[in-house]
Amino acid sequence: MSTFMQFITTGLRLGSVYALIALGYTMVYGIIKLINFAHGDFIMVGGYTLFFTIPAFMKLGLPGWAAVFIAIIVCAVVGMLVELLAYRPVRKRGNNLTSLITAIAMSFILENLAQAIPAIGPDPRVPYMLFNNDIKIGSFSISVATLITIVVSAIIMIGLYQFTQKTKIGRAMRCVSEDKQAAVLMGINVNKVIIITFAIGAGLAAVAALMYIAQYPKVTTTMGATLGIYAFVSAVLGGIGSLPGAMLGGIIIGIVQSGTSTYISSSMADTFVYLILIVVLMVKPAGILGKNIGEKV
Amino acid sequence: MLNIKDLCVSYGAISALKGISLTVNDGELVTLIGANGAGKTTTLHTISGLLKASSGTIMLDDIDLQKTPAHKIIEYGMAQVPEGRHVFAQMTVLENLYMGAYSISDKKKIEDNIEWVFHHFPRLKERSKQLAGTLSGGEQQMLATGRAIMTNPKIVLMDEPSMGLSPLLVSEIFSIIKELQKSGITILLVEQNAKMALSIADRAYVLENGKISMSGNASELLNDERVKKAYLGA
Ligand SMILES: Nc1ncnc2c1ncn2[C@@H]1O[C@H](COP(=O)(O)OP(=O)(O)O)[C@@H](O)[C@H]1O
Ligand SMILES: [Mg+2]
Repeated sequence: MSTFMQFITTGLRLGSVYALIALGYTMVYGIIKLINFAHGDFIMVGGYTLFFTIPAFMKLGLPGWAAVFIAIIVCAVVGMLVELLAYRPVRKRGNNLTSLITAIAMSFILENLAQAIPAIGPDPRVPYMLFNNDIKIGSFSISVATLITIVVSAIIMIGLYQFTQKTKIGRAMRCVSEDKQAAVLMGINVNKVIIITFAIGAGLAAVAALMYIAQYPKVTTTMGATLGIYAFVSAVLGGIGSLPGAMLGGIIIGIVQSGTSTYISSSMADTFVYLILIVVLMVKPAGILGKNIGEKV
Repeated sequence: MLNIKDLCVSYGAISALKGISLTVNDGELVTLIGANGAGKTTTLHTISGLLKASSGTIMLDDIDLQKTPAHKIIEYGMAQVPEGRHVFAQMTVLENLYMGAYSISDKKKIEDNIEWVFHHFPRLKERSKQLAGTLSGGEQQMLATGRAIMTNPKIVLMDEPSMGLSPLLVSEIFSIIKELQKSGITILLVEQNAKMALSIADRAYVLENGKISMSGNASELLNDERVKKAYLGA
């Protein structure tokens, strides 16, 4: 029983982090049909920001986790700059392929820039450990980090969904993602909506970074690459462009990884992740919650 | 109200509009008729800022529309019902209507407009919770029209509202257009269905290969031999 609960909580915890990151992929894809390869690197930006700001916050007598607000701002600014300086100009003149190449290039640029900064350097950094105690309920114990990760992610996801349904700017996002031309005719400033989407997606990556380093206290310049791939797979599995899809996909990938590691072998975890991805895409090419609508011309 | 002078628009090397001029006065219902590919949609897209002109001027009263970002134009009272309707398929009928009111902050005005739309399109009221993508073509046309009304326009540009609709629905839509005019809204109606358009319009322009070939009172054009031959199948 306790092994089973452990497997579920670990899966949910991993899955919540993937889901938070997957939301960023799926929102940007939904709105400009671009797979933002640099999205994973926003986690790295968040990771280093936390590495530097958590100790600073604690020195000031503030709780370490509150540094995440700085990380959110830094990531949002980086996300907006990437859109403003690279993606938007390329999108204006090029096509989907040129945009995709730009995104790949942006990912390498961010990683290399980070390596070039002396304070970051090539070696991994070990951030301050947050939430490193356990809560015991009978024979079952759960780490505070796990609990916080699951609860906070759930709140953020519900909040984000409500945001897209109920707020003016959220509705504008849905319009832009469905039909840019009609959105303009409604008086929606499409470029503004796109840049807000980048800011939100990158901000979520900062939250994911906090959750992640609470579990694996190591920050490297390439940490976004692996995490980014799992999150991207989550987004595709759930149906890229769909917010509930990204959440579901993330949780499934987390559970599968945790289950394989617990009951089979951790070295098999990736095999199962990609196997499930392929099987789902064979049965439902648009992903579990994806809508199979032909691209509009 | 709307004044277009020597407008030229091209898609890369293809020139779609070769210097057209037209005027729509306050309260008028003016139609722009022409065959497929004549440049009607290009004209409307350029007016509403979705396309950039290579030369010419577009004035809405004393506002230079070419210097106005496309999403701002709506604030000056110009709405468009685009060709192919372009309703937000994943949103409900009601959500679509509220999107039309995106740039209006007066809540009372929004509710009044909703009431107006539901009064004139009772079918939209019945289906207000339904996703727009599940509506029939005629209902989508009503929704696209209602959504434009929600922007509180003084002038509406309509691009082939009759496209793909049964004759019965076409007359229903056209009687609504006439009613819009009666309620004080100026209308520029783009149509391939010349007969219907000319029968409700005050004045008309004929567009051929990116140029205005004829213009005048709608009733006169309806009886013009050249128009009859080319557009009315007589
Ligand atoms: N996106 C485009 N790229 C290139 N040519 C276009 C494009 N859109 C329209 N055209 C051309 O411009 C001309 C006018 O098209 P359009 O304004 O759509 O005509 P209409 O609405 O009267 O049927 C046509 O010859 C058409 O082929
Ligand atoms: Mg057309």
